[in-house]
Amino acid sequence: MAYSDKVIDHYSNPKNVGTLDKSSKSVGTGLVGAPECGDVMRLQIEVDDTTGVIKDAKFKTFGCGSAIASSSLATEWLKGKSVDEAGKIDNMDIVEELNLPPVKIHCSVLAEDAIKAAINDYRKKNGLEEMTFDEKRVH
Amino acid sequence: MLKLPIYLDNNATTPVDPRVLETMLPYFTNHFGNAASRNHPFGWEAEEAVDYAREQVAQLVGCDAKEIIFTSGATEADNLALKGVFEMYASKGNHIITVTTEHKAVLDTCKHIEKLGGEVTYLDVEEDGLLDLSKLEAAIKPSTILIAVMYANNEIGVVQPVKEISAIAKKHGILFFTDATQAVGKIPVDVMKDGIDLMAFSAHKMYGPKGVGALYVRRKNPRVKVTAQIDGGGHERGMRSGTLNVPGIVGFGKACELCRLEMEENTKRITVLRNKLENELLQLEESYLNGNKEQRLPHVSNISFKYVEGEGLMMGFNKNIAVSSGSACTSASLEPSYVLKALGLGDDLAHSSLRFGLSRFTTEEEIDYTIQAVRETVLKLREMSPLWEMHKDGIDLTTVEWAHH
Repeated sequence: MAYSDKVIDHYSNPKNVGTLDKSSKSVGTGLVGAPECGDVMRLQIEVDDTTGVIKDAKFKTFGCGSAIASSSLATEWLKGKSVDEAGKIDNMDIVEELNLPPVKIHCSVLAEDAIKAAINDYRKKNGLEEMTFDEKRVH
Repeated sequence: MLKLPIYLDNNATTPVDPRVLETMLPYFTNHFGNAASRNHPFGWEAEEAVDYAREQVAQLVGCDAKEIIFTSGATEADNLALKGVFEMYASKGNHIITVTTEHKAVLDTCKHIEKLGGEVTYLDVEEDGLLDLSKLEAAIKPSTILIAVMYANNEIGVVQPVKEISAIAKKHGILFFTDATQAVGKIPVDVMKDGIDLMAFSAHKMYGPKGVGALYVRRKNPRVKVTAQIDGGGHERGMRSGTLNVPGIVGFGKACELCRLEMEENTKRITVLRNKLENELLQLEESYLNGNKEQRLPHVSNISFKYVEGEGLMMGFNKNIAVSSGSACTSASLEPSYVLKALGLGDDLAHSSLRFGLSRFTTEEEIDYTIQAVRETVLKLREMSPLWEMHKDGIDLTTVEWAHH
């Protein structure tokens, strides 16, 4: 299977690899997937407390090239968005942007799940009610 | 000069040796006859070429030429051996013993036989990939007609104790079949010394062409018979009908001859390169060799690089280096390698594995390039891996509650 140029680009030059201070109140962390399934994504957002805008986003991913590309792209999209806007990122947007083939759609779903988990971690830390999202089934 | 891409997936298939190709070419053009045409020189030429090739094949594995049945490849030979014995010896019993790490050509054929009323025992292997002989003997029943254990494994390269297995089979009056696709041409295989009754192998794993293989069927002590699975003109002593693939068979013969003459020298050279590759890569932290280190083929190495995923890893260099992975992502099933899982490896380590398969054409330069590329990619991906970070922070990953999806 050949990868799209965009997947190769994100894989070769991943954006925003790294770690934010998980204990900080302004950081939300989402860890999704499982080693047994062959992919684990950790996505973190740092929110500006006054504006509610995501000022930084970092990821680390164990997985195939598409999983790495999906999370790299997600961090790019998250920066500068408000938390509410971030919650609206849909996995199909990632599929479209990266030209993911059907067998790799689960990578994009994982990225969406990671975003939502990070948002909820942030909300929980700040005494806000967790958002409920429609369940997406993968695998 | 290093030529890219580098091919290190020789357990999947090997390139045709130029000397093999050269031998084959006239049989596409000038000598195109049907080996079954008995009444003119075109047929005689083809028949003569097939006879010669049959001798070359027989010589490599130490049998009589009459004991070689040409097929379209090892998968067909596996099918013929298993289904053919099951059918031929139905009055004697219906039980077959095999192992869980067999190639799908054996496992799926066994599944089919189960549907036909056969009973199949799938033995687990030990952590090193080898079969425990006491477990084999314990599985034998009065209805057992066949033991089917591969000679060498295609993913990890471990070589089963074939002589001991055949001795057990003989003691109990059971036939012994081995899929030796990965072994023939790479290590000395001798059906007499090894006590093999039926053996499947293929040309394209030993620098011959695709689309041709053989089933060895013993003719003496005991005389083994299989029921044909393809009916027709009664070729191959009635066991496999179908016009013979003359150029393919000629190439198969030549490939066998070259392997016989050059095996020792090739093995020496390839082992040095394989060991260099393996030792260098195992220097990386948290990298593990899969399968028994001693009892194995000289040209294979299967290594798990913990905390990085196999397909992601291959993507780092697969434009320049061809290897394969036990990762689920490389298969349609999303399941990691069943062979690695049979060794007791966790799914995470199975997902993190790469198989390197060297050939007689592999050079030291290619190995050096590969070592460097794999090492760099592993290090880069670990920097990107949340699991590596957790491991470095002293977190036991088995205690983490993962969001399984």
